[in-house]
Amino acid sequence: MIVYLLTFILFVMGLYCLVAKKNVVKKVIGIVIMDYAVNLLLILVGYRRGGVAPILLKGMDRAKFTTQSVDPLPQALVLTSIVIGLGVLALMVALCIRLYEKYKTFDMSEIRRLRG
Amino acid sequence: MQGMTIIVKTVVRIVTSFIVLYGIYIVLYGHLTPGGGFPGGVIVAAAYILIMLAYGKEVALRSFGDKSASLLDNLGAFGFLAIALLGLTGGYFFLNFINHGQPFRLVSAGTLPLSNIAIGVKVSACLYAVFIALAIFGRAVYRAMEEPGKEER
Amino acid sequence: MVLFVVLLVFMIIGSIIAIEARNLLSSVISVGTVGFALSIAFLLLGAPDIAITQIVVEVIALIILIRGTISLDNTAIEKHRDTFAMVSALVFFGIFLAFSYVALKDMPEFGKPLMKVSQGYLQRGLQRTGAANIVMSIVLDFRGYDTLGEATVLFTSILGAFVVLRKRGRKKKEERDRARVGIPGDL
Repeated sequence: MIVYLLTFILFVMGLYCLVAKKNVVKKVIGIVIMDYAVNLLLILVGYRRGGVAPILLKGMDRAKFTTQSVDPLPQALVLTSIVIGLGVLALMVALCIRLYEKYKTFDMSEIRRLRG
Repeated sequence: MQGMTIIVKTVVRIVTSFIVLYGIYIVLYGHLTPGGGFPGGVIVAAAYILIMLAYGKEVALRSFGDKSASLLDNLGAFGFLAIALLGLTGGYFFLNFINHGQPFRLVSAGTLPLSNIAIGVKVSACLYAVFIALAIFGRAVYRAMEEPGKEER
Repeated sequence: MVLFVVLLVFMIIGSIIAIEARNLLSSVISVGTVGFALSIAFLLLGAPDIAITQIVVEVIALIILIRGTISLDNTAIEKHRDTFAMVSALVFFGIFLAFSYVALKDMPEFGKPLMKVSQGYLQRGLQRTGAANIVMSIVLDFRGYDTLGEATVLFTSILGAFVVLRKRGRKKKEERDRARVGIPGDL
């Protein structure tokens, strides 16, 4: 319970950084932190106390493995989500570089004013 | 950008082949041990990015340019799609149509190693391509900043 | 349990430093520490696949972020702080956390997952796919559509980065078209 709540606090900190900060790169960092928090929450939900990783080894008892392993489904979903996060991060950094080239600043309010 | 010092270059020359080998191992053994196409592809891409950072972009682009990177990217994506479509021969999309074989062997699990290889190629080429974009096209931004007034508006 | 709480507190402190640091470079490096702590947490949670992926992706993400910020203006923006917006954002986030506390009571208890669907995957994964790594059998066989969609999203994002960053583009052709039709060049 306390672990879930701490994950939510991490998410809220990313959201705060996204909403309240003026710097564009800080906004990108906020999105990255939110990404971390969501991935961690999904893995935490699937954790079994004292569980083993969902990978069969050679001399392992199958029936015991089924009752002992952690949940493999959130892991499969998060595996794709992490790589997508990297692609999105690259796109956001590209947009930041482009904005800097156009307006010579990272300040969001400045950019809005220059826009007219 | 002519790269870093000779110490970095020497270390990179020794280390890079091992990094690529480790990435290939991670991709090939993805269905038996932790790993798979995604992390293996990212490791191979990291090796190329290391070469680019240490030796400068000219050397890296001469051996593996952006054209071939995007070509490999497309090949990986279409390979994965083709493996999925070949499942239609046995009935439905994403059918594991090859014989499963003996478990815990390298050649087992039907189409999974092939899909892993396709995804590994795709992810590595994709990340290398985006780093090329950031390195080359981003460089134009810095040059435009250094001499203001010269950039076209 | 205590271990995860310690790791999460470390991650929260790292993210506070990342959010409030003056210099963008130190902020980026603080995000890196949060990501590496996250990979340790994944390893302790019984997810070695995710731990490997996270630690490698974190390295590449750090390189990309530093690449994006190091030569540009990397001082934080301090002037004209909007205190009203900040306070209202904090109040709304407090409300969000309170509601999430209510919602979390319905979640399964930590350490006791539901596993209604996954039970079947764990039982039949080896017979149906022949792969010893159950996560890979889910990613590439049982839920292959997800991976296909992921490949598409990755492709699209990289395409977007290329298009956004390209300096010269197809401008000449566009100007020629405009001249032919008679539209003035600068709209």
